[in-house]
Amino acid sequence: MKLVTGASPHLRNDDTTTKVMLDVIIALIPALIGAWYFFGFYAFFLSILGAVAGELIELFIMRGLRKDKTFTPNGSAAITGLLLVMNLSPDVPWWIMIIGLVFALGVAKHAFGGLGMNIFNPALAGRAFLLISFPVYMTTWYSPTLSFSKWIDTQTTATPLALLKEGGISNVNVSYFDLFIGNRAGSIGETSVLLLLIGFIYLVVRKRIKLMIPLTYIGTVFLMSSLFYLINPEKFGSPILHILAGGLILGALFMATDMVTSPMTPKGQAIFGVGCGVMTLMIRYFAGYPEGVSLSILLMNSFVPLIDRYTQPRIFGEVKP
Amino acid sequence: MKLATFKGGVHPPYRKELSKTSAIKVAPLPEKVVIFMQQHAGAPAKVVVEVGQKVKTGQVIGEPNGFISGYVHSPVTGTVTDVKKVSNVIYGVAVEAVTIERTGEDEWELLPHGDPEKFSKEELLDIIKQAGIVGLGGAMFPTHVKLNPPKDKKIDTLIINGAECEPYLTIDHRVMLEKAEDIFAGIEIVKKILEVEKVYIGIEDNKLDAIEHLKKIWSGKVEVVPLKTKYPQGAEKQLIYAITNRKVPRGGLPMDVGVVVQNVSTMIAIKEAVVDGKPLIERGLTLTGEAINTPGNWWVRIGTPISWLIDNLAGGFKENIENVKVLMGGPMMGIPINNLDTPIVKGNNGITTLIPKKEKSTFCIRCSYCVTVCPMGLQPYLLDLLSKKRKFDDAVEIGLLDCIECGSCSYICPAKIEHVKSIKLAKKVYRALRGGRKK
Repeated sequence: MKLVTGASPHLRNDDTTTKVMLDVIIALIPALIGAWYFFGFYAFFLSILGAVAGELIELFIMRGLRKDKTFTPNGSAAITGLLLVMNLSPDVPWWIMIIGLVFALGVAKHAFGGLGMNIFNPALAGRAFLLISFPVYMTTWYSPTLSFSKWIDTQTTATPLALLKEGGISNVNVSYFDLFIGNRAGSIGETSVLLLLIGFIYLVVRKRIKLMIPLTYIGTVFLMSSLFYLINPEKFGSPILHILAGGLILGALFMATDMVTSPMTPKGQAIFGVGCGVMTLMIRYFAGYPEGVSLSILLMNSFVPLIDRYTQPRIFGEVKP
Repeated sequence: MKLATFKGGVHPPYRKELSKTSAIKVAPLPEKVVIFMQQHAGAPAKVVVEVGQKVKTGQVIGEPNGFISGYVHSPVTGTVTDVKKVSNVIYGVAVEAVTIERTGEDEWELLPHGDPEKFSKEELLDIIKQAGIVGLGGAMFPTHVKLNPPKDKKIDTLIINGAECEPYLTIDHRVMLEKAEDIFAGIEIVKKILEVEKVYIGIEDNKLDAIEHLKKIWSGKVEVVPLKTKYPQGAEKQLIYAITNRKVPRGGLPMDVGVVVQNVSTMIAIKEAVVDGKPLIERGLTLTGEAINTPGNWWVRIGTPISWLIDNLAGGFKENIENVKVLMGGPMMGIPINNLDTPIVKGNNGITTLIPKKEKSTFCIRCSYCVTVCPMGLQPYLLDLLSKKRKFDDAVEIGLLDCIECGSCSYICPAKIEHVKSIKLAKKVYRALRGGRKK
């Protein structure tokens, strides 16, 4: 029998990084199943490919390029793959997705130091990269087919927010109910608010999420779009449309809350959420591009070190200066 | 029932069922004891016996060596066989230790004692000092110093710490059930010394029987405050906040908010010194953990080697154990020993034996769990990062020295980062670099 020493505490909980990642993957599954239903088998194929390729690319980077022979996959790259796919048009060629994924993992994640060190959400960085490189593929949208016959007859259409941008609120022809369940054009994983909420609730129950961010993000969008709605309902669209259409729910629940690239304290998370909300609507209203969620999150990601610095918690017993 | 508590903290598996129903038994006398001259915060005591000398139970063998220091007594009647430096895991350095071989039953050498009423405040403090009493919760700060705050600090509240938030340990629970009268006698003495009226005892609500028992017998005398079961509920600053809503200022002491905190077991030691004349040579402790056969609570002599306790009281280690971690104290803040012959010291409230798990730490994923659980409102991930980068001044600015080393951050971390380890090291290095000067 051997006496073992070591640093206190001598009890650790049985949580691990891999378990955290696994919970996030589980939370994404309802929305993915919805995407397969709405956009067909190709969406299914793309998400499986994204997850598997993500892990393989990371394995290659860690073992091959970074010479870490002990590295074992932990699920974080699969999340990046899934999230990237969820942010793409349902008809994007698979090789474009792979290029985006290589950029996401190779540049946005590992060039910054790998897991935990990256400043930008890798999936969103990958999407932004593709948006610049392949603008046509990235902005061609399809009507949900509500069948598994995606390859047979597809019809290009515009997303609700693009319709709003083009011709005002009267141009939007989707009901709130369809927006809520996901029967509308859009990125693979963003359309079904209902299914995203189911996954989100799972994360809340498992205490895996920084709850402050979705609350302040969506809250800000709601308040600010209400204000603009009062000014000009025809041009700016209703607050409910802004919440249900576009990528807000996916972004607020699963992208902005990314542990690595969001602030550490509740106060910082609130600032981050409000910032994302304001930026999202500014882009939607005033920029040339109809959708502002991913760019606003990327922009706020870059402020996180600064936010962390100025929102340090009050130390117990510290007197207010 | 609204339970008093603090912000942050964790819920480790408490595992108190291993020993909480086992009544305290008085251990037989060991054949040999080794007594460290440093069993208190402050300077080590000076040895006043020689090899070959016969000593009685309770006889002084070490005298204080400075203001914050203490008396050390022989726990048995016997012969001094060795005086030499022995590595002391508690303070991380080798200190003088006296080895005594027992020659027979106890022949006591007692302190002046009697009815606490007949002693003045100063005489009571002197008896406590003569008895070598230190805080028995684990920190081992000399009690006579703590009970004698500077004149400008007005103390209005005494808090008795019965929280026992460390997992596995049950000795405080048992003494509250079995020795409530002694505790109360100790409280009366401390009340007289501090000249306070308001006394609280804080107990976590996983010890409901103790809460009920003390509420019944101390009704109207001591306010029993049920606390939420949460680690580190028994940490001094957190306990004071939970009970009185007062926050000890950064870098300050409980006396800065008019409070003195004392552990339940310390009350017993004070009673035994003043009423019975017995110096602090024995105490209750919990022998527990998954690696021993019979966990339980025991009344043992200080200086008894841990190997003796495990063989004679705990039924030895279980069979077929490859690795074992033996801790002085509980699993959250206990100190692992590297030699089973290490003797127990005054602050030992338990010996916990664990079967260790191997865990590899990975990168911080900024989940912010550590920030959420830190009871001191610190950012452990950042302290860890700055410590590893040797940016000690920056770390101090964001609270390095405020860390109470409770280990909640390391406990909760999914990436298995050992925050407390690097924080402790950084504290040591920072203090060494500063050359021991105060800021």
